[in-house]
Amino acid sequence: MKEEVRLMKGNEAIAHAAVRYGCDGYFGYPITPQSEVLETLEELMPWETTGMVVLQAESEVAAINMVYGGAASGKAVMTSSSSPGVSLKQEGISYIAAASLPALILNVMRGGPGLGTIQPSQADYFQAVKGGGHGDYHLIVLAPSTVQEMVDFVGLGFDLAFKYRNPSMILADGIVGQMMEKVVLPEQRPRRTDEEVRKQCPWAADGRKDGRKRNVITSLELESSRMEVINHELQARYREIEKNETRWEEIGVEDADYLLIAFGSIARICAKAQEMAAEKGIKVGIVRPITLWPFPTDAIRKAAEGKKGILVVELNAGQMIEDVRLAVHDSLPVEHFGRMGGIIPSPDEVLEALEQKIINK
Amino acid sequence: MEINEIIREENKVYSKPELLDEVHMHYCPGCSHGVVHKLVSEVIAEMGITDKTVGVSPVGCAVFAYNYIDVDWVEAAHGRAPAVATALNRLWPENVVFTYQGDGDMSAIGTAETIHAANRGENIVMIFVNNAIYGMTGGQMAPTTLVGQKTATTPYGRRVDLNGHPLEITNLMAILDGTCYVTRQSVHTPAAVRKTKACLKKAFENAIAKKGTSVVEIVATCNSGWKLSPAKANKWMEENMFPKYPLGDLKNV
Repeated sequence: MKEEVRLMKGNEAIAHAAVRYGCDGYFGYPITPQSEVLETLEELMPWETTGMVVLQAESEVAAINMVYGGAASGKAVMTSSSSPGVSLKQEGISYIAAASLPALILNVMRGGPGLGTIQPSQADYFQAVKGGGHGDYHLIVLAPSTVQEMVDFVGLGFDLAFKYRNPSMILADGIVGQMMEKVVLPEQRPRRTDEEVRKQCPWAADGRKDGRKRNVITSLELESSRMEVINHELQARYREIEKNETRWEEIGVEDADYLLIAFGSIARICAKAQEMAAEKGIKVGIVRPITLWPFPTDAIRKAAEGKKGILVVELNAGQMIEDVRLAVHDSLPVEHFGRMGGIIPSPDEVLEALEQKIINK
Repeated sequence: MEINEIIREENKVYSKPELLDEVHMHYCPGCSHGVVHKLVSEVIAEMGITDKTVGVSPVGCAVFAYNYIDVDWVEAAHGRAPAVATALNRLWPENVVFTYQGDGDMSAIGTAETIHAANRGENIVMIFVNNAIYGMTGGQMAPTTLVGQKTATTPYGRRVDLNGHPLEITNLMAILDGTCYVTRQSVHTPAAVRKTKACLKKAFENAIAKKGTSVVEIVATCNSGWKLSPAKANKWMEENMFPKYPLGDLKNV
């Protein structure tokens, strides 16, 4: 398959991107608003073309543990779900992180808590960037704002996962999962051969060929002194990821008086609010964190220098704002504007909030 | 017969399986796990599938099985071994994948994964060691704990009105279309050990032939949890466990 321009939903784009990346296996369970990922994959029947395995599991719990098994054998495997389902996956995600396995997890967030609503949300920020499951670990968290980024982050997510042997998560809001946009699908990459998998992942549990020492994938170590060494190794890897992989986008930050900070599709609503502000003579810049972990702390600190105030806009009660505040250390006013319950703010609401909470305060 | 004759290769009648490691096992003296580990090691080596076998160890007493049997292993979260094994086999169809699980892992916390992997007919072997108690955590009630049996969480004996009935998960597995072979065995006598070995071999052969899911339940002792000497535990098992969990094939397609 050649590179191709198509019009499609973010969730459908994820499925196409997975096949074209050369993903080895997808394991999922239906939940709104992301079921199109599994549906599209079943329609594409990649097992007939690339040999990719697609399986509807009996639960989100089983699906993430299938991902654990597949990743343990060196294969490029992924799962997708939405907020309540991702909560169910947290134990498995912790095991995957602890065992240093590469994998890709997509969360198309809906409103919570509990069963909540099927409408869009960004309320799983804390869960995604602060751990989510038990123990000290981090996922590499990518926040797409366009359907194109949904596609691009499948490749980026897998590449980073294999580079660092650490699970990646695409943290998408329901908007970017459900909306249709023009998208460029990349050329089909061949799946790695079994020999290539063995060469790339000499640690994998894929049968001890040629009398090699056995490979054991486990997260268990009862000897405290050895467990602490493992903890330190994980932490050292996280510092390395923070150093190399922090990503963000800035729009008109330099000569701005105020900053809007938002991730995912909300950053695009902020971009419209920025235009409207400019018409009123208010100079607003935007910082959009692309990696939510590692968080662009230094970039935000730098962007905030000389500014009069920051409004953090999120589809939640105020989550990323905590990391923004840690970045700028009370050096300027930082306020939050959020909608919940699946309500998406309009650009004029965002501008009004900026005026009320920051400019005219 | 003189010593020099006895130690000749052709007179050898028994040796440690080549896949069983020279390490101290953490299992209690008298526990059935050691014998089952030996049989699994022998079967894999004799079938010549060492380089394509991947085991999935559970949470429970056999969590450290990967320290004893010299094949590749993945240590699963509690109850999730069949899901892990599903992916390991689907992504490497030429590999032979087995789970090694206890009664809590297989029939309490992992019931969904157990039933659905078998119902999909995953070409895997599920080895189920049923000793009717949670050994690793200190002897609490298992789904397979017998009525009246005393455990740390049923100190006055299991009561049906409080704790429900002992779960015969293997019988459930036998009625699923995805299973090809379901058997219940034990390892408390030399004859039983030989029989169980043959059953394990058959199960591994089924996996290679892609006939579906094979389940080998081994009714086992936990003399620490049962607070009985190894000999008394064997006797208690024969008198109490076998009537509830009778030995023999439940399904053989």
